[in-house]
Amino acid sequence: MKMYLTNIFTDPERIDRLISIAKSSLLPLLEGAISYTIPLALISFVIGLTLAVLTALARISTIRVLQIIARVYVSAIRGTPLLVQLFLIFYLLPALNIIIDPFPSAVIGFSLNVGAYASEVIRAAILSIPKGQWEAGYSMGMSYQQLLKRIILPQASRVSIPPLSNTFISLVKDTSLASMILVTEMFRRAQEIAATNYEFILLYSMAALIYWVICFVLSVLQGFMEKRLNRYVS
Amino acid sequence: MITLKGLHKKFDELEVLKGIDLQVDRGKVVVVIGPSGSGKTTLLRCINVLETPTAGEISIDNQTLDFTDSVSKKAISSFRRLTGMVFQSYNLFPHMTALGNVMEGPLTVKGENKEAVRKRAEELLSKVGLGDKLDYYPFQLSGGQQQRVGIARALAMEPKVMLFDEPTSALDPELVGEVLKVMKNLASEGMTMVVVTHEMRFAEEAADEVIFMDGGHIIERGAPSQIFTNPKEERTKQFLNMIQ
Repeated sequence: MKMYLTNIFTDPERIDRLISIAKSSLLPLLEGAISYTIPLALISFVIGLTLAVLTALARISTIRVLQIIARVYVSAIRGTPLLVQLFLIFYLLPALNIIIDPFPSAVIGFSLNVGAYASEVIRAAILSIPKGQWEAGYSMGMSYQQLLKRIILPQASRVSIPPLSNTFISLVKDTSLASMILVTEMFRRAQEIAATNYEFILLYSMAALIYWVICFVLSVLQGFMEKRLNRYVS
Repeated sequence: MITLKGLHKKFDELEVLKGIDLQVDRGKVVVVIGPSGSGKTTLLRCINVLETPTAGEISIDNQTLDFTDSVSKKAISSFRRLTGMVFQSYNLFPHMTALGNVMEGPLTVKGENKEAVRKRAEELLSKVGLGDKLDYYPFQLSGGQQQRVGIARALAMEPKVMLFDEPTSALDPELVGEVLKVMKNLASEGMTMVVVTHEMRFAEEAADEVIFMDGGHIIERGAPSQIFTNPKEERTKQFLNMIQ
């Protein structure tokens, strides 16, 4: 590290080299972010969220079998490393004669992961809605589905925004693990470029910076959404 | 209009209603009083099937639910539409405006035409004195105003019977009057009402009949003047002495 920094400050040629590498790798990195990292995170989050709502509803349902399935699923995902899950899916599917590309298998892995974690958030949010809201809906003849859709989930979503934003931001960064199963997302691009010129620190710093920018934009969006959904709270 | 036959409700081992028989005629206002734990709120919640009675029969306007057998969810939700419930804690939907709260039932449950529902909801809110608060969210309204929205919301479903569960108990004293006034208007328009309340003034002025409950039984019933001035049962006397 000391050597690296000393070089930058004293050797003009070294600076030129770093700048030219930074310039030429910025586009491939951004391309990796735009065509893989962001879509991977976005698609997995949408599927994961759907899975999470269903899992949360299964957990709070009175049907024993559903409760057990949901519990086992959440426990298995939370109890194993994400990287191991990705590897398992990557190798397991071909073994079952299901041949799919790395990208969709990464989507499956991340969706399952988000589904389990977010289901706990959503379950807690649903349980935080006062019992009187259910009673008011039932008393006017609403069905369970109508109540969920019109009364409970809209209120639960407000409570869930901060923790779900956390989940989404974590997910954006976790997509770097997809590099391990050959998805050419941003981090893998950085690795590949660095492998040709040995400027690991430069390329990983650039990748870090881009992740940071993406996550910063997401936090700003979170702020907007919280503001919008808080309009009916004093 | 309402007929209860042998209504029982048990919570695990605790029997809260021990066989209630009651008839309320169309257009009558019945006030239920009694000490806490007497089962009066449970009785009201059973009529709305928010609690499922353990045994017995409820009829409203020629529709009957017999709880001796199991009752389907669909039967329960269509039965609930016969009654409008007003809660002690209002239970307005906080993410909807006053107008949205009143429109919700007719739109979602009955699938009525939006424009027609909107018009009716505006009329109902004007009727409870909130014609100028249509677009206010519940948190922007006082307790008394919220409860009046609650009444309008229940009326929007065009129920045969209105049930009030201690509608003024959570209110500041100076806000009680405005809610009671709306209820009295409703009574004078001929709405059938069952009201659980501690407002004895309301009972005296608006009730056709007062029912005194204790320990899961109806102990005594009669005209308000008779119950309040000349109760027959010892327990009724004790209760009235304690609250006066």
